[in-house]
Amino acid sequence: MALPKYTEPHYRIWHYIYLTICGAVFFFLIAPLFVIFPLSFNAEEFLSFSDGMKSLDPDAFSLRWYKDMIYGTKNPWGLAAKNSFIIAIFATIGSVILGTVAALGLSSRHMPYKGLIMAVLISPMIVPLIISGVAIFFFMAKAGLAATHTGIVLAHIILGTPFVVITVTATLSGFDHSVTRAAASLGSDPVNTFMKITLPLILPGVISGGLFAFVTSFDEVVVVLFLAGLENTTIPIQMWTGLREQLSPTILAVATCLIILSTLILVTAELLRRRSERLRGINR
Amino acid sequence: MSSETNQILTTDGIPLEVSLKKAERKNKIKAFLLVAPLLLFLIITYVFPIGDMLFRSIDDKMVTQMLPKTFKAMENWDGQELPEEEVFAAFHEDFIKLVEDKREGKLSTQLNYTKNGFKSIIKKLRRASKKFEEGNYKEQIMAVHKRWADVEYWRAIQRRAPEFTGQKYLKGMDMYVNEEGKIVSVEEDRRIHRVLWLRTLEIAFFVTVFCFLMAYPIAHLLATLPMKYSNLLMICVLLPFWTSLLVRTASWMILLQQQGIVNDFFVGIGLVADDNRPEMMYNKTGSYVAMTQILLPFMVLPLYSVMKTISPSLMRAGKSLGGTPFVAFWKVYFPLTIPGIGAGCLLVFILAIGYYITPALVGGASGTLISNQIAFHMKSTLDWSFASAMGLMLLSGVLVIYWLYNKIVGIDNIKLG
Repeated sequence: MALPKYTEPHYRIWHYIYLTICGAVFFFLIAPLFVIFPLSFNAEEFLSFSDGMKSLDPDAFSLRWYKDMIYGTKNPWGLAAKNSFIIAIFATIGSVILGTVAALGLSSRHMPYKGLIMAVLISPMIVPLIISGVAIFFFMAKAGLAATHTGIVLAHIILGTPFVVITVTATLSGFDHSVTRAAASLGSDPVNTFMKITLPLILPGVISGGLFAFVTSFDEVVVVLFLAGLENTTIPIQMWTGLREQLSPTILAVATCLIILSTLILVTAELLRRRSERLRGINR
Repeated sequence: MSSETNQILTTDGIPLEVSLKKAERKNKIKAFLLVAPLLLFLIITYVFPIGDMLFRSIDDKMVTQMLPKTFKAMENWDGQELPEEEVFAAFHEDFIKLVEDKREGKLSTQLNYTKNGFKSIIKKLRRASKKFEEGNYKEQIMAVHKRWADVEYWRAIQRRAPEFTGQKYLKGMDMYVNEEGKIVSVEEDRRIHRVLWLRTLEIAFFVTVFCFLMAYPIAHLLATLPMKYSNLLMICVLLPFWTSLLVRTASWMILLQQQGIVNDFFVGIGLVADDNRPEMMYNKTGSYVAMTQILLPFMVLPLYSVMKTISPSLMRAGKSLGGTPFVAFWKVYFPLTIPGIGAGCLLVFILAIGYYITPALVGGASGTLISNQIAFHMKSTLDWSFASAMGLMLLSGVLVIYWLYNKIVGIDNIKLG
């Protein structure tokens, strides 16, 4: 973005103002996340930087809140983490299977009422979560699935499938259907063709849809608040309760772990996106 | 004869047209069968329950079923003066039955929604009814409390006779049906829901504007920088996007608290006095700041994907034809980004209008939105039919916006990261 030499001075000034504004916005976006990091190592119980921390005194830092998170008495985080992972994993598997199969049907050019069906399939993404929460709660209460893991997993499948449908349909839009016909002409049955030919080619889309579904489930709090009983508590519910009652540094330790997890997911998603772009580039 | 000779036959002797149609239908069914599992799943667990909300929001059978004889007797009552003995007797009969089933509490809650003051007089009636003698119920019931002799309360009961009602929707707009059967607004100082609707629209609108103003420059920078720099900066947008909503809200709670870092900074540069630190959380400011930061990536990503496709030579052409950089930007670049602006704004607006978690945590009393009210009625007052009615009012608003989105950008153009 270097400016050419002949740029007039007042445009030069404008350019620097523009860069400053951009810098400020990036700072606004990312800085709040980095506040949590150092404060989670605070040796004291306050949620602001102590004088010791400002002068980088090693005694002002400790792992006390991480210890509390893992070993603390009456600590809900262990159960919450276990539940969160179980629910998110099953919800992801369900969303990926249902979503991928539906995306295959949707990208067929023979599909009738494509627009209408697509609108229904992605509606859980458009409808405000609070309304989805109320509706799903009514269903689960009637079906006797309120306050069960099954109920929450089903609810998260509802919320997760739109992402899988969208990413997989996008991947399939660049898919060359003659390869499946070639496989069929060589005597492969449809299931074999799907497993050996189609799936490996659309895998990046499937995995990134799965990541979206995983994050949606792992992060979801509105619907779970309606559905969960004491036994089904999840990390977001515990954070919600903690933030409402009293901000304790233990929450910051948990938050730090969550930021690390989301960084890992971001890196995976980015690598997949680039791979998928490369593959689609070859297809064209 | 000629048509028969022209017809092309397949090897089995079936006309080609018929055979093709058959194959086409088979393909259609195949495609549909692939979609069917998810479609069926969503219809059962999601679409029907939303329909169920609609039913619940207008369903008013409960009172109809609790007082069947009363409403039958009331059919001949013109509602002008106190009803006849016949109605009182029927009401007494229904009421005794409710007391036997221990359901008179539900009746009082329900009637209290229609008119305040039923709770205490039903309690009194329950106690008194044990000593009632047979016959002349009108006198006996009226003697329990003076409100039972007030025709207004009997009219209130009569208004609950229909099995379906739109009163929850009216209540959502702070209106009700008055004694004369006209739709009127409640007193000005009790119009809580209108305040909430307006505030929801206001916050969603301004959050959208703030997001747009902040996202436009950085999306432009990301789209014009060389790949190796822009990929690095893109992390600043994507990392918050992938991070838990609660984590981001928590960080704002730390930053905005009275002894928090933002306030420390303001004191440090001498903007505010140390003993006069402003409240930046638990009010509208908190909602604005946190929601803008949380929704910003949803504005940046669609803008970026549109700006990426605009060739830089267009701007150069504009400048070489004599436009100043500002004119070239305004006349050439900006119009080309309008699809991205539309997508980003509507996405952010739809998300903001239904926001729940962040306003509940940092919004305080003056920063909560309509979603918080819905959750409150679902979890605290347990008035599920009212929660359903408000939810559907919100949903219809969102669907109108979504329809606009589809008109302007198209559903297929939703991009994720």
